[in-house]
Amino acid sequence: MADFLIHTGGLPDWIAWAITASLAAFFILNVIAGGALAFIWAERKIAARIQDRLGPTRTGGKFGWLQSLADGIKLLTKEDLMPDGADGLLFRLAPYVSFCASFAAFIALPFAFDFVGQRLNVGVFFVIAVLGLEVFGVILAGYASASKWSLFGAMREAAQVVSYEVPLGMCVVVPVMLAGSMDLVTIGEKQAGWFFQWYLFHDPFTFITFWIYVTCAVASVNRAPFDLAEAESELVAGFHTEYSGLRWSFFFMAEYGSMFLVSALAAILFLGGWNGPVPVASLLGLSDGSGDTTGYFVRLAGCANLMTKATLGVLIMMWVRWTLPRLRIDQVMTTCLKYCTPIAAVMFVGAMLWTLALPGGFFRGLGRPAGEIREGWLLGPGGMSLQVQKNGEAPPSSSRFEQSESPVSQVGL
Amino acid sequence: MNTGFAITTGSMFATIISVANINWHGMFFAIFALAACAMAVAVVLTDNVVRMAFYLVLSLGATAGLFFLAGAEFVGAMQLMIYVGGTLVLLVFGVMLTAQAPFVSMKTPQRDWVLASILAVCLLAVLVQASVGVDAWRTAAVSVGGGVQREAPEPSATPLGMALLGMRVDNDSSGIVTPSIRSGYLLPFEIVSIHLLVVLVGAAYLARAKRRRTPRAVETAGQSELKEEVRVAS
Repeated sequence: MADFLIHTGGLPDWIAWAITASLAAFFILNVIAGGALAFIWAERKIAARIQDRLGPTRTGGKFGWLQSLADGIKLLTKEDLMPDGADGLLFRLAPYVSFCASFAAFIALPFAFDFVGQRLNVGVFFVIAVLGLEVFGVILAGYASASKWSLFGAMREAAQVVSYEVPLGMCVVVPVMLAGSMDLVTIGEKQAGWFFQWYLFHDPFTFITFWIYVTCAVASVNRAPFDLAEAESELVAGFHTEYSGLRWSFFFMAEYGSMFLVSALAAILFLGGWNGPVPVASLLGLSDGSGDTTGYFVRLAGCANLMTKATLGVLIMMWVRWTLPRLRIDQVMTTCLKYCTPIAAVMFVGAMLWTLALPGGFFRGLGRPAGEIREGWLLGPGGMSLQVQKNGEAPPSSSRFEQSESPVSQVGL
Repeated sequence: MNTGFAITTGSMFATIISVANINWHGMFFAIFALAACAMAVAVVLTDNVVRMAFYLVLSLGATAGLFFLAGAEFVGAMQLMIYVGGTLVLLVFGVMLTAQAPFVSMKTPQRDWVLASILAVCLLAVLVQASVGVDAWRTAAVSVGGGVQREAPEPSATPLGMALLGMRVDNDSSGIVTPSIRSGYLLPFEIVSIHLLVVLVGAAYLARAKRRRTPRAVETAGQSELKEEVRVAS
C-alpha cells in the first residue's frame, strides 16, 4: 500500500509510510474495540441463555444489540474515582499497560496471507512474549489500589500467569516444529489445502496438544474457570475492585482483546489459519499470493475465515465460563504443574518422533499441494542430513515475498 | 477513485510537505532511545520499589523497541519475554509477598550514591569505548527516504537456533552441514540447561514444605490438647 501511495498518489515516501502505518494501527484498534463491544453483548446473551434468562432485550430494538454501546456511554460519563491511599501514578497508568500489551500483540498477528501489521520471523514468540506483559498491568493495578482485595487478586494472577506460560509455550512449540518456522504467516501457509492438512489433524499428539493449548490459553487470559484474580464471590472484584468508568473498561477491552488474540493464535497454529476447511480458492484456480484483484479478494475471504474461527474460539470460552465452576488456587496450580506441563512435554516429544517416522503427516499424500514441502529447513526422512541454504540467500519460507527494505514499509494492508 | 484526481491531490500534498522530509527510522530511534534513557534515570531517582519496576519495564521495553528497529527481532522478543515479562513480574510479585507496609520506599545513603556513580561512569566509559571502537559498526546502512536499505537479507532466528544445535550454517557455504559438537554452541547450551535444571531442583528442594516426622495419632492428640487449652483460656 505504501508503494501504491508513492507511485500512484505521488506522495513523498515518509508520508506514505505514515499513512500506511496509521491505517494498520486503526484497523487493529477497531478489531479490539469493536470486538469488545460485540463480545460483551454476546457474553451477556450467552450467559443469560445458559442460565435460562433472556439477557438484554430492549436497547436498540431486537435482542438488545445496542446494549454494549449504551454501557459504553454510561462508562464514559462515570466519575473517575481513585482511593485516597492509592499510588496515584501507577493506579492511573495500570489500565493502559494492560491495554497496550493486548494491542501490541496484534501487530504480529496475520489476518490473512499478507494481512499483517508487521511480519516478524519470530511472530509466535513475539505474540506470546507480549501477551505475557498484560499481567503486568493487572499486578500494578492490584498493588497500586492499596486494597486487600486488589492485592490478593493481583498475587493470584501473577502466580497463575507465570506458571501457565510454561505449558503454553510448550504447546506452541509443536506447530512451530512442524512448520519449521516461528513466522505466523509461514505456519498458516503450510496448512493450506483441505482441513486434514491442519496441524490439529497432523497426528494424535498435535490433537491432544491443541486441547492443552486451549486450557492454558483460557488460564493465561484469566477467564473462568481460571478467573481467580477477580473471583467475585471471594474478592469483591479482585484486581479491579477500586476502578470505575473508562479505566475499568480498558481492562475489559484488554481482556476481550487477548481472548480474541489467543483464539486467533489457536486458529493459526492448529486450525489452518486463514485456510478454510475446503480449499475453494485453489479449486477455482485462484491464489492468495497473486498481486492482482483476485488475490486480494481471496485474502479478504481468508481474513473472514480467520475471524470466524477466532470468534468461534471466543464463544467457546464464554460457553466454558458459564458452564464450569471456578477452581481453587491449589487446583489451578495442580492443573498446570501436574497435568498440563507433563502432558505438553510428552506431546512435544511424541509429535517430534511422529514427524521423524512419518514426515508427510497422518494423511500423507492426500491432497497435499505439489511443492508444499519445500526444500530448506525441514528435517529430511533420512534423519539428520540437512539441506540448508547458502549464506546470503533469503530463507525459502519467504521466497513468495518481496523482502521490503524498511520495518515501516512492511505494513501490507 | 479517479487516478488523475489522485495524482493532482497527491502532488499538491507533495509540494506542501516536500519542504520537510522526516526520516521515520531515525525518529523512532530517537523516541525509543530517549524513552529508554529517561526511564533509566527515573529508576535511579525513585524511592518506591514498584514504581522503579514500572520505570524499568518502560526502559527495557524501549530497548526492545530499539532491537526491533535494528531488525534483531529475536533479541527484541527475548528481551520482552525474559526481562519485562519474566524477571520484573517476579520482582513485583516478590515485593508484594514480602512487603510489610503498603508502599515500600527505599532511601539510598549518600555514600552509596557516590559509589554507584563511580561504577556507572566506569561502565559507561567502557561501553562507549566499545561501541565506538569497532570499525564495522560505524558505517551505518544508507538511509533513503523513510527507511534504511539493507544489504544483507532479512535476518532470521533460524541460523541462531541451528547454531545452538551444533550447525553453523552462517559460517558454512557448502550447503550441506553435518552437526558436530565443536562447530556450534551445542555443548555450552547443554551445560547451561543442566545448570539451570540443577538450580531449579535445588530451589524446589530448599523451598519444599517441611513435614513432621511424628506419627499421626500423637499429632491429632496434641491438637486436641491445644483446643482444650484454648477453650480453657477463653
